[in-house]
Amino acid sequence: MKPLKVINIAWQALLKNKIRSLLTMLGIIIGVAAVIIMIAISAGTEATIQEEITGLGSNLIYVTPNMTKLTPGSMQSDGGLVYDDAFAIAEQISGVNGVVVEQSSSQTIKAGDTSLDGVTIMGTTADFPSVRDMEIVSGRYFDQKEVDRTTPIAILGSSLAEELFGDRDPFGETVTVAGNIRLTVVGVFEEKGMVGDVDYDSRLYTPITIVLDKLSDNKFARFKGDRVRTIYVEVDDSVGPDGERSLDDVIYQIELLLAKRHEVTLEEADFVITTQQDIISTKESTTAAFRSLLAWVAGVSLVVGGIGIMNIMLVSVTERTREIGIRQSVGATPNDIRWQFLTEALLLSLIGGLIGVAAGVIGSWLFGQASGMRTVIVATSVLLAFGSAATVGVFFGYYPANKASQLDPIDALRYE
Amino acid sequence: MKTSKPIIDGSDLKKIYQMGDFEVRALDGTSIQVNEGEFVAIMGPSGSGKSTLMNVLGCLMSPTSGQYILDGEDVSVLDKIELAQIRNRKLGFIFQSYNLLARTPALQNVILPLYYDRESSLTAEEQEEKAIKILEAVGLADRIYHEPQELSGGQQQRVSIARALVNDPVMVMADEPTGNLDSKSGAEIMDLLVSLNKEGVTIVMVTHDPAIAKYTDRTIHLLDGKVAQVVKNGKEHK
Ligand SMILES: Nc1ncnc2c1ncn2[C@@H]1O[C@H](COP(=O)(O)OP(=O)(O)OP(=O)(O)O)[C@@H](O)[C@H]1O
Ligand SMILES: [Mg+2]
Repeated sequence: MKPLKVINIAWQALLKNKIRSLLTMLGIIIGVAAVIIMIAISAGTEATIQEEITGLGSNLIYVTPNMTKLTPGSMQSDGGLVYDDAFAIAEQISGVNGVVVEQSSSQTIKAGDTSLDGVTIMGTTADFPSVRDMEIVSGRYFDQKEVDRTTPIAILGSSLAEELFGDRDPFGETVTVAGNIRLTVVGVFEEKGMVGDVDYDSRLYTPITIVLDKLSDNKFARFKGDRVRTIYVEVDDSVGPDGERSLDDVIYQIELLLAKRHEVTLEEADFVITTQQDIISTKESTTAAFRSLLAWVAGVSLVVGGIGIMNIMLVSVTERTREIGIRQSVGATPNDIRWQFLTEALLLSLIGGLIGVAAGVIGSWLFGQASGMRTVIVATSVLLAFGSAATVGVFFGYYPANKASQLDPIDALRYE
Repeated sequence: MKTSKPIIDGSDLKKIYQMGDFEVRALDGTSIQVNEGEFVAIMGPSGSGKSTLMNVLGCLMSPTSGQYILDGEDVSVLDKIELAQIRNRKLGFIFQSYNLLARTPALQNVILPLYYDRESSLTAEEQEEKAIKILEAVGLADRIYHEPQELSGGQQQRVSIARALVNDPVMVMADEPTGNLDSKSGAEIMDLLVSLNKEGVTIVMVTHDPAIAKYTDRTIHLLDGKVAQVVKNGKEHK
């Protein structure tokens, strides 16, 4: 028989049982839609993570205290990292563009009649805006001299500015922190949004010396210098695979410098150096796990869809035993019968696949709208889902089709 | 216009079903010859092997032993696929229960054998024309697009006769074609078969009804899977 005739016969058979055909396709429709939606969700999540990572600022090296290697006798959780280490790095390591130290404290702040609890007071240094990619929208930032002089000034995050002052320009206004520290507002940051789980817009930024001198509870520990939690080091363009020196080299130089300053060996370092790439890798391995979980779920639903097709095709073969007998009596060979039923299964899964693709695209969009999660339709996922549907159709359609082809003409004709 | 060219030449045909410890000899050494243009009736009590013989002669099953030559070709040695092709090109079937495809127009039912004819040189349009012509010839000019459930028993049997004829078979096999019909439409179907036979179609028909057997040239009586007697035109003929 010619292929077109086979397809036509199969198509007619499906039309004779529209509702059943549709119900049979349902499994495939759901499976294909699931694959597309799942991949759209994980692709969306990945894109969001990518943006978060670039949002952190590029070419960053993080130096943090090593909690497991506290120097004996030190009761402080901040380990061995001190404020002056940051400036040593900035001055002595080549390829460093800027260094930022942050030390935060959660405090109650007041401006006029408005009072807010638990606001993060971010003590930081002059390079902060460039290293962390933050732009001032009004007013100015502070410079290193103001940091050194413990100048009582503040820059507000965008949402904090609005909460405290509404539509008014906060420039020159006074904010009272912890009841007695009065800071003058000199600028407001642009809206940054959430980066990771950190809301940069609800914070108050001030010279780190304010936090260290006035808000730290560990003043007795200052004999060795002010301890800090993180030093951010931004490298310049000369660092990288194409530059004069490699990132690993810069990291090594920092390690040597800090080990010398702290009087420890590299093996016993009381600090840890992490790069942007380390963070990307961790996040990526998390999404990869997420993605493979989703792929499994989607794959299982496709297989369930295939089993649905096999089920219905088996019922259909039994129901249509007499039809098979009639076809055999007028000369249909086992191959003709096998192809007829295989084509039916294939048509079911392909049409189901097409509907599933449409449902998946619409579903991804609806899911994104409803959940607020980002979804990205990946073209290859559409092909993958559609291809799997066809494979499932052939795989699960073959057994019933073969069963039909093996029927004995006499038995089939006699079947009631 | 009857010639003596043999269409069917079956000798010592046996069909034995093994049922556990004992065997059922549905055909127990049947020999049968049918010549081109003949109209032969097969009679016999229930269980005597009439349907089994028809199924073997119709290439729907192979005999357990014996030789069967159909239209000059030894078909007792053919496999499933070859048998299907023989049925397609050389045989037409008329069943007691019509066996039409449900919810399928008469025209499509009649075309069905042509679907499976690999060697047919007819285009889809030519196939349709041919099927319509045959439907007209069996008196169904105004029922071409009717589906089986919209047709009377007699009309359904006419559709199945048209289907049996569409591939120009060397022989038409009819197993109790009037068995499900009242006497009036039964007689109409017999008239149709007789006129087809007059036009040269070779027919082998199973019937229970001696009155219907009278329409034929010869009646072969079966008993316990063997030919008991052959009656020609009402004359005894051992
Ligand atoms: N598949 C089978 N397995 C076992 N025995 C069978 C089978 N088919 C037929 N028989 C037996 O073979 C014998 C002949 O059966 P067959 O159907 O040919 O009879 P028949 O002459 O057509 O009868 P009826 O007039 O009732 O149609 C019967 O005894 C029947 O039970
Ligand atoms: Mg019978």
